[in-house]
Amino acid sequence: MTGPERVGPERVGPVEGQEPLPFPESTAGLPPVAGAPVLELRGVTVRYGSVPALDRVSLRLVPGTVTCLLGENGAGKSTVVQVVSGVRRHDEGELLVDGRAVRFRRPRQARARGIATIWQDLAVIPLMTVWRNFWLGDEPTRGIWPFRRIDLAVAREGAARALARVGLPDLNVNQPAAALQPGQRHSLAVARAMHFGAKVLVVDEPAAPLTVAQHALVLRTVVSARDAGLGVLFVTSTPGYAHLVGDRFVLLAGGRVAADLTREDVDVDGLTRLISGGEALATLTAELRRSS
Amino acid sequence: MSTAQRPVFGVPVRRAPSRGRRLLTRPSTPAFVGVLVALVVFGAQAPQLVGTGGLASLLDAAALIGIGAVAVTLLLVAGQFDVSIGVLSVASSVTAGLLVSEAGWGVWPALAASLVGALAVGVVNGLLVVLTGLPSFLVTLATFLVLQGGTLVVAQSVAGTSLVDRVEGAAGWPSAEALFGSGVALGGGRFRISILWWLAAVVLAGWLLRRTRFGNAIYALGGSRRAAREMGVPTASTTVALYLLTATAAWLLGTLALVRQGGVPVAPEFGDEIEYLVVAVIGGCLLGGGYGSAVGAAAGALLYGTVRTGIDIAGWESYSFQVVLGVLLVVALLANGVARRRLTAVPRS
Ligand SMILES: Nc1ncnc2c1ncn2[C@@H]1O[C@H](COP(=O)(O)OP(=O)(O)OP(=O)(O)O)[C@@H](O)[C@H]1O
Ligand SMILES: [Mg+2]
Repeated sequence: MTGPERVGPERVGPVEGQEPLPFPESTAGLPPVAGAPVLELRGVTVRYGSVPALDRVSLRLVPGTVTCLLGENGAGKSTVVQVVSGVRRHDEGELLVDGRAVRFRRPRQARARGIATIWQDLAVIPLMTVWRNFWLGDEPTRGIWPFRRIDLAVAREGAARALARVGLPDLNVNQPAAALQPGQRHSLAVARAMHFGAKVLVVDEPAAPLTVAQHALVLRTVVSARDAGLGVLFVTSTPGYAHLVGDRFVLLAGGRVAADLTREDVDVDGLTRLISGGEALATLTAELRRSS
Repeated sequence: MSTAQRPVFGVPVRRAPSRGRRLLTRPSTPAFVGVLVALVVFGAQAPQLVGTGGLASLLDAAALIGIGAVAVTLLLVAGQFDVSIGVLSVASSVTAGLLVSEAGWGVWPALAASLVGALAVGVVNGLLVVLTGLPSFLVTLATFLVLQGGTLVVAQSVAGTSLVDRVEGAAGWPSAEALFGSGVALGGGRFRISILWWLAAVVLAGWLLRRTRFGNAIYALGGSRRAAREMGVPTASTTVALYLLTATAAWLLGTLALVRQGGVPVAPEFGDEIEYLVVAVIGGCLLGGGYGSAVGAAAGALLYGTVRTGIDIAGWESYSFQVVLGVLLVVALLANGVARRRLTAVPRS
């Protein structure tokens, strides 16, 4: 049994019996202005050569809610993640953060605005130590150039403290990440995202099959971030888990938004059918096209 | 839910490896062991090797190869290679030499000009690697050919010789000689200033690798390019900066040779860069990138110097050095493979 057996119409609250992961309260301001998105994609198109990987995709992330991004392999989910986290620039359309159009040139700019990502491959480098992995791309430094150097004490302590918060209090941060168990590696990616994510959390669920425990960690992360008032983009291929935490479900097919549904529109079975059955999806897509 | 399904993030953490064990897994350890073995083996055959005279020539050989090896180590850790270092060092010394002997420049302006030229080659290498996305081996092979041919053509047409000399005695020569060609006599040996340059290069590279964001970027680039990009590590500027550093090392090697001999033969040949690569690998670098250290490169160079001088003093056939170096390379490759497997093995418990 890998999926939840019965899922009611209510989305899950804070997971019982477990401390929520301590995401910092969102800097977007709580309580959020109802419906005002912290991040929005408007007609975003991304091309690889002349082939569009994303075709006029629109999507809004509202503080304190979870938007699930679903779709088959190659649908363009990770491309959305790349655009939102500043790894790839969009060719057309607009990317808005707090209502203002931005164009990230590098991931640091996205991170500086409080957008953090848990990548599909976790972005953990096996041969580097845990603390170096934690700060990758944004190491704390001291001194002035050319003598600027990594502040080792701050970096090691900061990483250890952040890891303690996700349930790894005694982890030796000086060992290579290769020495971590898969679950610990996952926790490292989560801790890093929690540290840098003040407004938006993007989770691209690993492609490799996850254990129940890893799924639990992913869901716990998503729920904790939501409850801290972050806007969450949850990319997953498992509709059961998506429906467990999602407020909104955006279905991608061939780089286009095939459906944009709320909890009221669809139950878990419907969602499963939509994703697994290409037929149902095609029908729905056609219907949506006709009505718009 | 059975206990087996409890979240893994709660599991007790394994004991941290002891200090001794960590020392054993350092990239530089096998090379240091090799140095000891070589000192014992050759010391028994040729006791002069461990006297001041032997030590001076040992360190001299180690210094020249070590400067190149430490630059190659930085590249290898980032998953890159540069075939053009050796030729670039000849080209920059020929450039400086010709500017002094043919154009009548002072030594310092000539050295500055050749440094600018070397840096320009470094920028071209770096940009080509970044922009084409091709393997750096191929890209720098092109640079190698251009530099090799270009150096010969220019030297022939400008000076009409295959030896650049008459550098000695030009304006600024005494200070240049003090900085790049001097040495101190100690006992029966003359310890050259190139040893200090080598130490400076090792210390600088070690500091960059372990203590700066640039160093983290180098490890990340070689460890996983995808992860580096996702985390916002500046991959392009790091790569270009690395080729600039390599070019600077090449210029330094060329300058040390030029000033030491008061001239250079115009013989840009293939081979030096392969020795740098071999020494870097002996020093513990993984060819796949992401692993290696400046101290390792220094240990590798020390081993190189010991074996080379030892064979010399012991009176072995000089080609046997290549045999020994080849054997050392194989041993290093095997040892590094074992280290790699142990490092990347995911713990099962
Ligand atoms: N670097 C690239 N160059 C060319 N095409 C690419 C590149 N990266 C992705 N694509 C294409 O873009 C499309 C979308 O890819 P993307 O990785 O976003 O899909 P995905 O929905 O994340 O798939 P998965 O479920 O397998 O992770 C695919 O058709 C893919 O082949
Ligand atoms: Mg993907």
